[in-house]
Amino acid sequence: MASVKHLLGIKELSAQEIMLYLNSAGSFKDILKRDIKKVPALRGRTVVNLFLEPSTRTRTSFELAAKRLSTDVINFSAPSSSILKGESLLDTALTVEALGADIIIIRHSSSGAPHMLSRHIKAHLINAGDGTNEHPTQALLDAFTIKEKKGGFEGLKVAIVGDIIHSRVAKSNIYCLKKLGADVRLVGPATLLPEEFRELGVSTTTSMDEGLEEADVIMMLRLQLERQGKGFFPTTAEYFRQWGLSKKRLETAKPDAIVMHPGPMNRGIEIASAVADGDNSVILEQVTNGLAVRMAVMYHLDERKEQ
Amino acid sequence: MTKQLLDSKEIDRSLTRISHEIIEKNKGAEGLCLIGIQRGGVHLAERIANKIKNTEGADIPVGSLDISFYRDDFRIRQPSVIGRTDMPFDVEGKKVVIVDDVFFTGRSIRAALDAIMDMGRPALVQLAVLVDRGHRELPIRADYAGKNIPTSRENERVEVLLEEDGHEDSVILTPVTGEGRSAGEPEGEVNNG
Repeated sequence: MASVKHLLGIKELSAQEIMLYLNSAGSFKDILKRDIKKVPALRGRTVVNLFLEPSTRTRTSFELAAKRLSTDVINFSAPSSSILKGESLLDTALTVEALGADIIIIRHSSSGAPHMLSRHIKAHLINAGDGTNEHPTQALLDAFTIKEKKGGFEGLKVAIVGDIIHSRVAKSNIYCLKKLGADVRLVGPATLLPEEFRELGVSTTTSMDEGLEEADVIMMLRLQLERQGKGFFPTTAEYFRQWGLSKKRLETAKPDAIVMHPGPMNRGIEIASAVADGDNSVILEQVTNGLAVRMAVMYHLDERKEQ
Repeated sequence: MTKQLLDSKEIDRSLTRISHEIIEKNKGAEGLCLIGIQRGGVHLAERIANKIKNTEGADIPVGSLDISFYRDDFRIRQPSVIGRTDMPFDVEGKKVVIVDDVFFTGRSIRAALDAIMDMGRPALVQLAVLVDRGHRELPIRADYAGKNIPTSRENERVEVLLEEDGHEDSVILTPVTGEGRSAGEPEGEVNNG
């Protein structure tokens, strides 16, 4: 297996590499169920959360995952950082590395920021979201959740619904699910769902009923409300009528379909509360699985020392 | 050239004796449980539990332990999937017998002890091994040993082959050629010899 030193995106991973993370994640999840929710596996390692774009959920998940592996964690976030004082991203990362970071987790508003750093940094880099490009650990935790619920991926019908164009979550999930053999369809308003996505081997439709038909997995995306009033969709109420997941709409999918959402949710805009809290929802399990998968990623990257 | 150290009959006799000794030392099967270290120890733990069931009529719970998170050497290994620990009982207050195939440096057992302690507080912990090949690097000893076999620390490898993995039961000694194990490297599922 080719050793990959960083986790920059799912695009760069082989199916085999993805399965290594998914197959190990269960063992990490077991740790989270114990009284002592911690193992000494990465004792003495230092993890730096370099979050240059606001985030609480992902940062907290990485922080807790790192602590469960017995590492020391430092949080470095935008409002308090030297970036505000004019330091370049590379200088900040080099400074963090000089402090002794073994793993740097980076979130940045520019697509490709982690890839740029990877050419200069010796520490392991994990992309926690770069612009509209990728959010690889989200895709891995989604795949792990699907694997737990559905057993496998071959021929599985997955509908990804909503604001596709701005979503790094959608992009990482498309790469991931295609590599694992799932049948992926994208659903959303034409303004948020460019035709070019078909080049990735997925089908697209603007019709919710068509997209959800016989689906095994429904992945709802957050409608990025900051885009409202920019001509992408008329109103949030109209958006819900057309592309929101209501109880009635859910009936179009298979009865045992699972409903996923990366969070944070806009209840009543992309998803009805009755669905988000309903029997088909695995949204909170995704959060728990996120810890397990991020532990697996840090553990396996740390195994790959010098190349 | 490979040398057979134990054949299937001898392995079976060793496990029978270990089973009797476990019952004798613990004055019965009350509160006992067996934890096999993946991969080699798990099948042996199941066999010992069967033998105890046949003689004592008692069902001894058997757990399967992966020690990857507790090893002191995982950084020099190839990335590989972590085995799933399966502990269908609570170790709290139990008499735990750790079972492994080859007892060598003692580092795997140290890791297993740490892993078990993180799951609860057993009343006591004992160690049963099929083969003790010597060369301890830690102050750890076996309570029950099938066979003591003097080996060369660097130049030999001991392998336990079992029916459950599609082999004929046997314990073999093979010379290590080319890249031998480096000093201080603990035994493991890949190179326990």
